[in-house]
This record gives sequence, C-alpha cells and structure tokens, in this order.
Amino acid sequence: MKLITAIIREVQLDKVREALIEADIKRITVSRVSGHGQQRIEEMYRGQIIVPDLIPKIRIEIGVNDAFVDITVNAILKAARTNGAGNVGDGKIFITPLEECIRIRTGERGGTAI
Amino acid sequence: MKIFGKRSLLILLLLFIGSAGLFAADNTHIDSGATAWMLTSTALVLLMIPGLAMFYGGLVRSKNVLGTIMHSFVAMGIISVLWVIVGYSMCFGKNILGGWFGWDSKYFFLKGIDTNILDAGIPEYVFTMFQGKFAIITPALIAGAFAERVNFKAYCFFIAIWSLLVYNPLCHWVWSADGFLFHLGAKGAIDFAGGTVVHISAGVSGLVAALYLGARRGYPYQVIRPNNMVITMLGAGLLWVGWFGFNAGSSVSSGLSTAQALTATQVAAASGALSWILIESFHQGKATALGFASGILAGLVAVTPAAGVVQPYGAMILGILASLICYMGIQLKNKLGYDDSLDAFGIHGIGGIVGALLLTFFIRPSWMRDAASVSGGHWTIWNQFGVQSLAVTIAIVYAAAMTFVIIYFLNKLIKFKSSEDDEMAGLDRSYHGERGYGMLNPS
Repeated sequence: MKLITAIIREVQLDKVREALIEADIKRITVSRVSGHGQQRIEEMYRGQIIVPDLIPKIRIEIGVNDAFVDITVNAILKAARTNGAGNVGDGKIFITPLEECIRIRTGERGGTAI
Repeated sequence: MKIFGKRSLLILLLLFIGSAGLFAADNTHIDSGATAWMLTSTALVLLMIPGLAMFYGGLVRSKNVLGTIMHSFVAMGIISVLWVIVGYSMCFGKNILGGWFGWDSKYFFLKGIDTNILDAGIPEYVFTMFQGKFAIITPALIAGAFAERVNFKAYCFFIAIWSLLVYNPLCHWVWSADGFLFHLGAKGAIDFAGGTVVHISAGVSGLVAALYLGARRGYPYQVIRPNNMVITMLGAGLLWVGWFGFNAGSSVSSGLSTAQALTATQVAAASGALSWILIESFHQGKATALGFASGILAGLVAVTPAAGVVQPYGAMILGILASLICYMGIQLKNKLGYDDSLDAFGIHGIGGIVGALLLTFFIRPSWMRDAASVSGGHWTIWNQFGVQSLAVTIAIVYAAAMTFVIIYFLNKLIKFKSSEDDEMAGLDRSYHGERGYGMLNPS
C-alpha cells in the first residue's frame, strides 16, 4: 500500500478530479494549503503588483494498493500539467509507503480496507 | 504661499455657501417631510445593491465571490453615469420614435433641472436619483442567472446596453406620464414599485441569457455549493430593509400611501418567508436558511407591483402564493436542467409575474371605485386583470426578444461566456487578479 500525496495548482483541481474518477480512483482527501516552491505569482493590491510569499495550493491525498499506484500517478500527471509541456508551479507528487489501513466502521485492515 | 493657498480655498468655499443660499430662495414650496423621506428612500434603495452583492456573493463558490460581488458593484458605477447622461431623459422625457422611449434635452446630463421642484414638493434631483437606483439594481439582478461563468468586460457592456435598450423603454412605458402602459385601461397597468419594470424584465432577461450561454462547467452533476451562507443571509436582511425605500418610497410622498405600501411590504416578506420554510419542511423535511431568504425575496418581489393597492390581508396571500409558485418553479428548473444559477428568473421573474397578475384580486375597494368613475361607471376585477396580463406579456416578450438580440450581437464582439480555463480558475483570479478570502496570506 502506498500513500500518494500530490500538491497541485488550485485551478487544476477540477481536471485532476475528473481524470481520477475516469481512472476509477474515487476515494480522495482534498485540502487547501499554502506553500513555497519555485513559482512566483503576482497579484494586484490597490493598483500595485505584489508577490505574496506563500502561494495557495491544493493537496490531494490518496491511499492505494500497489497495483493502482501507476494508474493514479499517471492520471494526476496528465491532468495537473498545464499547457502540455508543463510550467513552474504545476506541483509535485510524493509517494510514501503506507504501513496500515483500517476501516473504522468494520475494523478490517490492510488492502481490502482501502 | 501655503497660507495664500488656504485662504483662496476658504474664499472659494464661502462663495459656494453664498451661492447655495441664493438658490435656496427659490425652494419655497418644498415639502420638507416628503423630501426627507424620499432622500432616505433613495439611500435605502442604494443599500439594496450591496445587499444583493452579499446575497449573490455568498451563494457562489469561493473562487467567484469577488467577481459576483463586482457584478452588483460595477452596476452602481456604469448605470449611475449612464442615468445622469441619458437614462433619466429616456425614461421620463416626452415620447419620441413613436413612444419607444422618451427624450427631453433639458434632462440631458440633468443640466436643466438644477432648481426644479416637482408638484409632489420634492426637488427633481431627489426624484432623479431615487429612480436612478432602480435602474442600477435591475441589471444587477440579471447577473444571478449567469453567475460564475461570464467575462467581466462583456458583462459591463451587456448591462450598459441592456439598461439603454430594455430598462429605459420599459420604465418609460410604465411610469412616465407619456408611456402607453401608464394609460392602459381605466387607471393604467398597476406597477407600483417595479414588478414589471424591474423584476419581470430582469428575471426574463436572465432566463434568456442563461439559456443562451449554457450551463456552468459540471452542472448539474457536480454539486455547486454556496461558499458563505452567512453573508447571503445578511444580504437578504439588507434587501428586506432596503425594500422599504423601494416600495414605500415609490409613493413619492410622505403620507398615507407611504404607510400603506410599507405595511404591505412587511407583511408579504414575512408571510413569504414563513411559507417557504413550511413548504420546504413538508417537502424535504428541513427548514433551510436559504429557503427563508428565498421566501423573503419571493414575498417582496410579489408585493412590489402591488404595494400601493393591496391591503395587509392581500399582501399576506400574495406572499404565500409567491413562495409556493416560486418553489414549484425551482423544482421544475431542476427537472428541466437549465442553469439559472442563483434563480434570478425563479424568484424575480416568476415572483414578479405572480405579483403583477394576482394583485388584481386584492385591490382595495376605493381604488376600484376610482377606476370605475374614470372609465364611466363600470370597471371590474376582470377588466383590470386583462390590463395586467397585457402589461406583463408586453414586458416578457420585449425583454426576452431584446436580451436575445443584445447577447447575440455582443457575443460577436466580445465572447460573453468565460473560456473553460477562466471559468475553472474562477472569476476572481481571471478577471480581477484577486482573491475574496485571505488575499495577502493565503489560507
């Protein structure tokens, strides 16, 4: 089992969700986060251009069985990359080993609980 | 040098005060009571626009909150300017082009009314500004039908052109002494404060625009939930308060008819709100805050044309019927699947039609007696119902046809609907470069 954590642009969320649903990955957790990478974005404040130091992003977390890791990653890659070639700020995907997964309702453990 | 600058400013100021004193000498027959109330009403109606901005703003997703609020606010800028330049003249001037709209060169830039006092005892400036607020809120109402998916620049052009070609002619027909609907039947089509001119025209235009532009991305399969019901409720509250200026101010006096309109307004809003949550409780099992707010609006919209002619029991029934019929209308919308996003047609269009037609059955007897004596002894409810139906039909057909033409041609110049990328990024980011919540420190 792996935990896939993806940090993506806010505006790509709809596309990523649609791609995941198309790939039959329907169990996800989404949160709003802010952070700092290579990207600079500019906003307007009272007619001045400002560069906020923390940029709003979306974090997606998906727990998957090993067979589904590539499917999930490919779906996210395809949908979160902008303008075909990609741009600075498109985000990152982290994959971490997942030690255990427990469904609270039934108490079942492991791959079937995902 | 600095002291000289200040002194010359002071002299200028004194000159202004002196000249104001001179003009005041003309204003001998001002009714200060009526003027004071009309000034208050003018401010109250303006308060409805931030109210509408909050009401609509809370109902969209957070990426569109500022864009939606700006749809209302920018109307305060665009329509106010247009109103002073040509709007007032087109609405309240004398018939031109066969009565399509009015024109009076002394209203152009309001340059000829500097010292005018109307027969009602109020300065014409007050009446102009009061009417101007109605012109602002009407196009802003339409924005609810195509929320979350239009280009800001195209929207600005749309409301400007719509105001000139739809609002001003309708306002002229119904409210100007020269307008043909003003003289229909015995005592004219009844539209006390704008059921036809404001709500039906905005609602129907919204429906046409929503159908023409198509639905938001993902509608209706993706659930699109309000970002902040709290500001929606506050907005509905402000609308209710502002509506006293809208309805009671439309008596253009400060007296008996003002009190009658004010009472009818309160009663209809309350009965509308209560009926909505009752219906909802029976139908869905829960009384929602949005339902209460929708009921307030349905009641207020329905009583708008009627406030001058119905008694409290009539206003109460109008509020109930408006909520019932608007509720069914929204159920029907969900079945049909078109995207009137914030129910501009569902509340304002349907509620306005309900009010304008059904008010006929609750007209106070003294009004009917007056109408009978004007028409030569005989004037029944059904005669008046015919007049109301005709006025409503004309408003629906005219607003729908003109809106279609405006959008069709505007779309050739600027794409009205947002591109898919802009829509996904949200109006705030795409057109304003800002965020509604947590701008400097993103949260």
